[in-house]
Amino acid sequence: MTTYTADEMMAVAAARRLRNGTVCFVGIGLPSQAANLARATHAPDCVLIYESGTIGAKPDRLPLSIGDGELAETADAVVSVPEIFSYWLQGGRIDVGFLGAAQIDRHGNLNSTVIGDYERPKVRLPGAGGAPEIAAWCRETFVMLRHSARAFVQRLDFRTTDGAGVTCVITDLGVLEPDAEDGELVLTELHPDATAEEAREATGWELRVAAEVRTGSPPTVGELQALRALRPANQDTVRV
Amino acid sequence: MAEIVPLADAVRGLVHDGDVVALEGFTHLIPHAAGHELIRQQRRELTLVRMTPDVVYDQMIGMGCASKLVFSWGGNPGVGSLHRLRDAVERGWPEPLELEEHSHAGMAAAYAAGASGFPFGVVRGYEGTDLVERTRVASITCPFTGEQVAAVPAIRPDVGIIHAQQADERGNVQLWGICGVQKEVVLASSRTIVTVEEVVPELEWRSGAVFLPAWILTAVSVVPGGAHPSYAHGYYTRDNAFYVRWDEISRDRDRFRQWMDEHVLSPEAAAV
Repeated sequence: MTTYTADEMMAVAAARRLRNGTVCFVGIGLPSQAANLARATHAPDCVLIYESGTIGAKPDRLPLSIGDGELAETADAVVSVPEIFSYWLQGGRIDVGFLGAAQIDRHGNLNSTVIGDYERPKVRLPGAGGAPEIAAWCRETFVMLRHSARAFVQRLDFRTTDGAGVTCVITDLGVLEPDAEDGELVLTELHPDATAEEAREATGWELRVAAEVRTGSPPTVGELQALRALRPANQDTVRV
Repeated sequence: MAEIVPLADAVRGLVHDGDVVALEGFTHLIPHAAGHELIRQQRRELTLVRMTPDVVYDQMIGMGCASKLVFSWGGNPGVGSLHRLRDAVERGWPEPLELEEHSHAGMAAAYAAGASGFPFGVVRGYEGTDLVERTRVASITCPFTGEQVAAVPAIRPDVGIIHAQQADERGNVQLWGICGVQKEVVLASSRTIVTVEEVVPELEWRSGAVFLPAWILTAVSVVPGGAHPSYAHGYYTRDNAFYVRWDEISRDRDRFRQWMDEHVLSPEAAAV
């Protein structure tokens, strides 16, 4: 029995959803792990675009920031930031965008701006970055977020990003997908050993569960080896 | 026409209290040395503009240089929060900081509009977000198709500051690698300061590089290592360990002040 972490399961679950040739808009942390894992395993022709303007980046190790030198050195092209956001993102040329957030609601709307009141915030978060336009203009948006009642909330403190484009939410317990009718997120897949009850408890609203919930398979030895080989050589500080 | 002058003289002559100042560099070529010079010369009440305020703006905000921040993402990339920025926003230390926040696409369009002399930039965005009520953005109708798009006011800084790899003796500048919004900020600003790794007799044109002719620049200053802990492609790599350490240095006000005293304000640091 191979042991693995919750983060590794999330990265593997996201990577499996990328097809060979998928064009991805990648952020740092788990999304970068997932997209590079896909590239190292079943989807070698996955195209990785980082918002720093690197198109077709092929890093051997995970970068700490979205603008590390290795991304530029291995990219097919490096373009300016206005170009990446105009011609490539808003131009509708990207298949999958990845986002994280501090809070998500039942419709996939995201908060990465403040916890508490905007004028007197309890926690000031980094802000929008590329998120609103990534969610609006990529064909699909994958959200990667650990399941907890603090993050999966009834009501967002601030709506940074409209959730209409979110096609799946990958958590440490499973996968949520929007209902075809009303767009509400529904639990459709559980990771091995996770239960629907756990997911319900870690959700701040009455979580809907699909009639038939799939069970994902654990990471394979090959996936884990490929994922761990991506770790930066001299530090273990890569976080979301 | 660009003059090649020491950085301290460039900052003294070109940056005034109350100015709108943009230091740009998207992870790469961040003009840290210029930011430190602004701190040493105690510039106050600045409106600081930057898509990704990271460590250099955390330092400037923590040292009381800024009264307003225009930005789209304020964090320590891959590490976490900017503690000095948060302290200013959450607790008004060392003084309150007004925020004007955008999305990356919005700010990129606003810089491109500023560079072009247009009054505003156009974005297909902001819709369905609470940002609309909190920032300067307006919905406009395309006169040709009727499509609703977002207009963001052009960014026109008083001073734009960037770091580049090379200048020649006449003050022409070339930079390469990840080039962010550096060309746009230079063209959008009334006055510009470019710090460079080195002056070479003749610039060797590189495919894909950004060339900034001397006649659009105000001052060029030679500051080797002037982007550290950010990096200069072809010269030195990003000091990722420093970004991780900054998290711990910046958490506590006293520890932060002590670090700034030692590494920025001391005569030894100023002489570098």
